Amino acid sequence: MESALLITQLLNGLQLGILLFLVAAGLTLIFGIMDFVNLAHGSFYMIGAYICGTLVYLLDSFVLAVILAVPLTLVVGYVAERLVARSIYARDHLDHVLATFGLILIFDTGVHLLWGAEGMSIPLPDWLQGQVAFSSTIEVPSYRLAIIAVGLAVALGLFLVVTKTRIGMLIRAGASNRTMVQALGIDIKNLFSLVFAAGAAIAGLAGMMISPITEASIGMGNDIIIVAFVVIIIGGIGSIKGAFIGALIVGMIDTLGRSYLDQLFKLVMSDQNAETAAPAISAMLIYILMAAILAVRPQGLFPPKVR
Amino acid sequence: MNLSALITPKNLVTAAVLIVLGLMPVLTTVFDQPFYLDIATRIVILAVAAASLNLILGFGGMISFGHAAFVGIGAYAVGIPIYYEYYSGFLHFPLAIAVSALFALVTGAISLRTKGVHFIMITMAFSQMIFFLFLSLEEYGGDDGLLIWSDSELFDGLALDDPSTFYYVCFVSLVGVLLLLHRIVNSRFGRVIRGAKSNEKRMSALGYPTYRYRLVAYVISGALCGYAGALMGNFTNFISPDMMGWGRSGELIFMVVLGGSGSIIGPVYGVLSFLLLEEFIPDVMDLFADGAGVYWHLPFGIILLLVVLFVRGGISGFLNRLTKR
Amino acid sequence: MRKSLIAVLLGTVVTASPALAQDDPIKIGFVTSLTTPAAVIGFEMKNAAELAMEHIGGEMGGRKAEIIFEDDGFTPATGKQSTDKLLKQDKVDFMTGFIWSHVLLASSKAILDNGTFLISANAGPSQLAGKGCHKNFFNVSWQNGQPAEAMGAVLNQMGVKSLYLMAPNYASGKDQTGALEGAYNGEIKGKDMTKWGADAQLDFSAELAKAKASGAEAIWIFYPGKAGNAFIQQYVQSGVADTMPLYSVFTLDSISLPKLQDAGLTGVLGARETLQWSPDMDNPATKKFVADYKAKHGAYPSYYAQQAYDAIMLIKSAVDAVGGDLSDQDAVRAALEKADFDSLRGDFKFGNNHFPIQDFYLREVVADEDGRWTTKIVSKVTEDAVDSYASECKM
Repeated sequence: MESALLITQLLNGLQLGILLFLVAAGLTLIFGIMDFVNLAHGSFYMIGAYICGTLVYLLDSFVLAVILAVPLTLVVGYVAERLVARSIYARDHLDHVLATFGLILIFDTGVHLLWGAEGMSIPLPDWLQGQVAFSSTIEVPSYRLAIIAVGLAVALGLFLVVTKTRIGMLIRAGASNRTMVQALGIDIKNLFSLVFAAGAAIAGLAGMMISPITEASIGMGNDIIIVAFVVIIIGGIGSIKGAFIGALIVGMIDTLGRSYLDQLFKLVMSDQNAETAAPAISAMLIYILMAAILAVRPQGLFPPKVR
Repeated sequence: MNLSALITPKNLVTAAVLIVLGLMPVLTTVFDQPFYLDIATRIVILAVAAASLNLILGFGGMISFGHAAFVGIGAYAVGIPIYYEYYSGFLHFPLAIAVSALFALVTGAISLRTKGVHFIMITMAFSQMIFFLFLSLEEYGGDDGLLIWSDSELFDGLALDDPSTFYYVCFVSLVGVLLLLHRIVNSRFGRVIRGAKSNEKRMSALGYPTYRYRLVAYVISGALCGYAGALMGNFTNFISPDMMGWGRSGELIFMVVLGGSGSIIGPVYGVLSFLLLEEFIPDVMDLFADGAGVYWHLPFGIILLLVVLFVRGGISGFLNRLTKR
Repeated sequence: MRKSLIAVLLGTVVTASPALAQDDPIKIGFVTSLTTPAAVIGFEMKNAAELAMEHIGGEMGGRKAEIIFEDDGFTPATGKQSTDKLLKQDKVDFMTGFIWSHVLLASSKAILDNGTFLISANAGPSQLAGKGCHKNFFNVSWQNGQPAEAMGAVLNQMGVKSLYLMAPNYASGKDQTGALEGAYNGEIKGKDMTKWGADAQLDFSAELAKAKASGAEAIWIFYPGKAGNAFIQQYVQSGVADTMPLYSVFTLDSISLPKLQDAGLTGVLGARETLQWSPDMDNPATKKFVADYKAKHGAYPSYYAQQAYDAIMLIKSAVDAVGGDLSDQDAVRAALEKADFDSLRGDFKFGNNHFPIQDFYLREVVADEDGRWTTKIVSKVTEDAVDSYASECKM
């Protein structure tokens, strides 16, 4: 029984990690290549969810909605890059933080105006509603397995693009040595637009995947973006592999902390206090890990190949 | 130096702002608008915090994304003793300064080993730790926050529960902090800090232990923010971990940048404009369409974006350019 | 509704002669969530309060009355700031609204110190029901724990032997779980308190796995608003719904049900909750209220709406009783204590701590004749229930 619970929780942690990876992947590339701190990256997560939700009700098909919503989110990302991000790449990080903080407010209120404050629940097709039983005691929602599958497929795809294609080569070169790529006469501006929009679309995909579980809501991206930053700092800015492993570490810590920490705390404090403290302390753990990594190995666990 | 050189747009605005702020209790009484004294008090307290942040951000080039934690620590340094019925302000204020200085020393010693965006992130990490720590403290209300049933007790005849008296305590604190920061920035210590911002290697080569200088600046900044927090605790009579979330730290940074990070007085303009915008954008929007005020984040976000894109040096920089013209 | 500084200054200049107090409108400050996802509850309350004003023609005790709505941003700090503004700038005569217990607790001191009447239209924290009760504080909903106590009684009756509890980690969540643990005789196999507020936890995968592994017979939750929908989606998706029946308080209402219906979660039909009111309640006031609310907003009103409506009607009854003259606080208070208004829930009176003494019902989720999901009363669970903190109140 105990091991069955542990396995279930590990799968839950994996699913959370995969989701974090989808948000962190674009963030780490944008950060690594353009040296651009994009707090508004989480907004694409939200916008993807809302676009997808709207399409689900129009088309009556979740899969079709996702397939259409991804390119639409890509367009939103592209427009945001052209209108705002592009003009401040050259500025310092402080300006990035402030401008994208402003973007968050604009996106959040925009969604409020367009879709209202009440959030949007997204129905799943029947074939995703059930559970998959691995044994009599290990039973996992099929939809969560679907998230894991989609996430792994995207991760694999990204990995192949980054390692095997010409664009990927430019991305890698950009992440480790920006001036070199520019000096080669590559149209760096288009590369930036492409990476930004693709990152937005992947984050949007994550939002689409989570909203049948938690509903789409205003501000959903702001909760995840800070954790996504933790992920890319742990993994190493600019590294897809780092983002993947960082996301899994954070997903596991969070899930296992919520599962087991209260039992640990009950040994040393009252039940009531343990139940209050455990979730907060498990949330704290990831920041402790991040601070430790920054202090000891600021470049992260898997920094992109050094220049 | 002749007198006319002093009459610059910036100095005139500074004088006007300080005079109006100084007269706020009188003005709000005459117009019978006690609520605006509340806004003014909040402005003055946050100005203390923003000006302290500016010491390291504007002059030292250290972008701390976690300064709200110090404000929160300062406020809890009032709230927790009062929870145990220790009412003396001679305990609260020194405690607020000491604990936030200590927190700044420990976190600063680690954070300052990093640079640039890593520094931003590690300061955010430390403030999130404090945020979650207070969230986990069931005894002090956790997420529900802690009600402060009394104000700090200082001298007889200096009752902090009287809004005007309290306002003047805050106002005098602000003026004191601004003068202190002015002295620090223009001292030899301040020149090293500023020099290290633009060229750390050169400062190190000149034999200055820049790490230690920066750490001292970080501790001073944190301690002053803690003091602002103690004032805040007395003002709101309520504290919750929410006060130290990363969003609040971001707001503090924005106030500094909006006002102009290159000047001592800049953050005061920044806080002033920030809070007035926050207060009156919804009202103005409601004038156009009833209920539109809840969407005030939209124009607010646009203003934020425009300031970053087009107004270099914030309000203070703008006034300086007027002077040079 | 709100005044800008300009308007205030102009007003001060233009109306040079101070108007008589009797000519000023009665002002009611209403603090609720108008931003963040919790705004969906806030607007429900706002709609109902406005409907109440329509029904009474915007008049109380022969004077014009107005409601000034302010946002609490789903956090105590913002709620307190809004409260200060209503007290000091708008100088309201009554304060009401308050969805969230922690917002109310943070704001109550300022209101009561100011000598203003405070009528909570939702939050009923234990702190204000027991030792901290106050002569100027009234509650028209319930003490937080009451529906959970009624649910405890239902569970005992049904012979449910063990439970797993989940609730948000804030003042009301603590009240609710405490009350259920007190009233329920079976075994509690486990409990999770999750992060609440604007950044509330919405993914319950780890908790649901724990619940399932705990071997408890059923699961009990308290998740108002959006988190409730998220929970139920996952409860169904995880298959926990197939083995552990769900009992809840303040989770299934006319805010959540339309969205659960959209999401096609038919597993919710038949789920049961305990509460003091349901839109199908058989009395003339409720019939009118529900019909008018549906006509105006195209949806059933929730209990939040019912309580907000009752709060405005209670205030009107008191202002009417004193003929619009609020100068004698004791007279206003005595009138409020009488609760001489047609509460939508039928019988209603205040106990010694100014919390309602009322009946609680078991409600069931059903589809109405148009196929729309709503709740229907199954049976009365407790009659004239007095909350368990009333005896601690020395008033």
